[in-house]
Amino acid sequence: MLRQASHVTTPGNAVEAVGLVKDFGDKRAVDGISLAVPSGSIYGMLGPNGAGKTTTLRLLLGIIDPSSGSRVLLGHDRPIDAARQVGYLPEERGLYPAMTARDAIAFMGALRGLPLREGRRRADDLLNGHGLGDCARKPIRTLSKGMAQTVQLLGTIVHRPRLLVLDEPFSGLDAINQAKLEELIRAQARDGVTIIFSTHVIAHAERLCERVAIIVGGRLAFEGGVDEARDRLRPIVRLRTRSDDGPWQDAIPATARKVGNEWLFELPPGGPEPLLKALIDGGAGIETLAIERPGLHDAFVAIAGDAAAAAMDGPGEAAQ
Amino acid sequence: MNLIRSAFVIARRDFTATVLSRAFLFFLLGPLFPVLMAAIFGSIGGTALSQAEKPVVAVVFSNTEFQALAAARDRLDTALDMPPIVQLRHVPPEPDGTAQRARLLASKSPPVIAVLDGGLAQPRLSGGVNADGTTVRQLRYLINDARRDGVAVSGDGQQVRLVKTADSSGSLAPARALTARAGQTVLFLLTILLSGMLLSQLIDEKANKIIEILAAAVPIDAIFLGKLFAMLAMSLLGIAVWTAAGATAIAMFTGQSLAALPPPAVGWPLFLALAVIYFMMSYLLLGSVFLGIGGQASTAREVQTLSMPVTMAQVVVFAVAATAVGDSDNPRALAAAIFPLSSPFVMIARAAEQPQIWPHLVAIAWQALWVAVILRLASQMFRSSVLKSGPARKFWRRAKA
Repeated sequence: MLRQASHVTTPGNAVEAVGLVKDFGDKRAVDGISLAVPSGSIYGMLGPNGAGKTTTLRLLLGIIDPSSGSRVLLGHDRPIDAARQVGYLPEERGLYPAMTARDAIAFMGALRGLPLREGRRRADDLLNGHGLGDCARKPIRTLSKGMAQTVQLLGTIVHRPRLLVLDEPFSGLDAINQAKLEELIRAQARDGVTIIFSTHVIAHAERLCERVAIIVGGRLAFEGGVDEARDRLRPIVRLRTRSDDGPWQDAIPATARKVGNEWLFELPPGGPEPLLKALIDGGAGIETLAIERPGLHDAFVAIAGDAAAAAMDGPGEAAQ
Repeated sequence: MNLIRSAFVIARRDFTATVLSRAFLFFLLGPLFPVLMAAIFGSIGGTALSQAEKPVVAVVFSNTEFQALAAARDRLDTALDMPPIVQLRHVPPEPDGTAQRARLLASKSPPVIAVLDGGLAQPRLSGGVNADGTTVRQLRYLINDARRDGVAVSGDGQQVRLVKTADSSGSLAPARALTARAGQTVLFLLTILLSGMLLSQLIDEKANKIIEILAAAVPIDAIFLGKLFAMLAMSLLGIAVWTAAGATAIAMFTGQSLAALPPPAVGWPLFLALAVIYFMMSYLLLGSVFLGIGGQASTAREVQTLSMPVTMAQVVVFAVAATAVGDSDNPRALAAAIFPLSSPFVMIARAAEQPQIWPHLVAIAWQALWVAVILRLASQMFRSSVLKSGPARKFWRRAKA
């Protein structure tokens, strides 16, 4: 039974959710997720496979109803009322195989209230703009997977939405098309479109997002700015010394790990100067010393735990 | 308004995609096979019907004259020993012969093919019979034989004077029964065919992952209604083509128009209009049920498992509805007329055989009510299950949950 808890929205947020819960039978897929997506921002939803990202997006868009909790999409309590201002690319891509590329784009626009004729005109422009002008009148079934995916993506923006929701948009794309997609997302953001995308590849989120939500096991583990997530960790020190042993070792934390010839440890609370002095005074014989700001990956590991991190960035995708 | 506009977008896509496909050509040709089957079984059924319901001639004679005529019939029957010899039913003369004749010609139990009155001396046969047909020839023989039997006949004993009427219940009953059966069969086959097509289309969309795009953009109810009405529009186009083709075929092979065929009790124009309405009701009822089922299933196998009992149940419903032909007022036929899924089949048969209009108005209102109820229920089923995510679970467990 849906319990629609109305809540006060904050002006300037394109999407807000409070306490979203979704049960499928006896399994709780989403467990009390609350989030706020500022208008015009690029917002990443991170989490391992099966974390509940897709279900959360479906709940936000009103494709499925929550078991409890509420959400407001572009000022509408009922997300379907905002559907004409939203573009959605589902994780499982789908197009009518017999439809031509331009008709598929125009149809997706028509679903969002764009007149068919105008949709076809814009479809031609979009296809030409993305190097697919020759494919405009070809049936989808004759296009490559990457081309079909691009057609579907163009279908999500043909009606010029205010909010773009992309579920694992980089999945299945080669490196060149991933770069093109990143550029398209940035271009949409420059035009003032709010973009939410889910991914299990942290590098994309790190490059594109201003804010992220980290979802693990259906729960929100973190929500905030990317810098905020990274600032949760102290800077990492990478130290290489000529001396293997000596009093300088008292200056590094007990949790320091030795990886190859390097020591890795969090920068002590006193900062770099006391550390440097102690190392020099202790006769470490500093060969190299680097102080690095933690990446989103490190923050994710710290927030979500090693198990979730291991589930992310699987082989072949870690390098992306 | 948004619902209707969204449903229109879905319906327009489905309609054009279907009508412009090669499969639609096969759809148009498809009824040739059931029509052939119906013609074969219809002729078998028609023969059985004509044997079961031998034409009855109401004889408005005095008792003595009827006895002579009946004896002549028995002699002929014994001599030939082969049916059908015309059936005679004695009716005592009433003061108002004209009214009696009209009432007898309209009688349905048993159906009367003609009325013979005027006595053996000046026999007059009224009804929808041909002057050189079997009935008239047999009656002439029987009357001559009865006269020879020594019954006092005043005057010279004239030949049977034939008064041809437009129709009589006896002459039209077999033709109307055939129309009723044909109407039921076409309605049933078309409904099952289209509901099956609707279901397979939905499964295709689930397999193509398009359903989520639709569900994110428009209300689920709009998807449901759009798909349902697209198939309805496509089938009405098919019906228009088939009707035109059928009328052309009749004109080509018989040189006559549809109006020249034995008319259903309510007349051809109203019968055809009712046929379209009952088809729409039947399709919307069964199509909704099938779409609701399609929403529950995630694979073609699950769809087959779920839809088979419904299809079989519909066959049983059709069989029960078929018993209404020839006797649409019996309790079983009335029950079938009330049960929503069989009501359209019973009522189309009734339209062929009974001239009253009001039962159709009541039935259409009743069926429309059920269409609304089942559409609503099926739409809710569809919405609650069409986009289930989470762990894969069997549909019956989902339903239980």
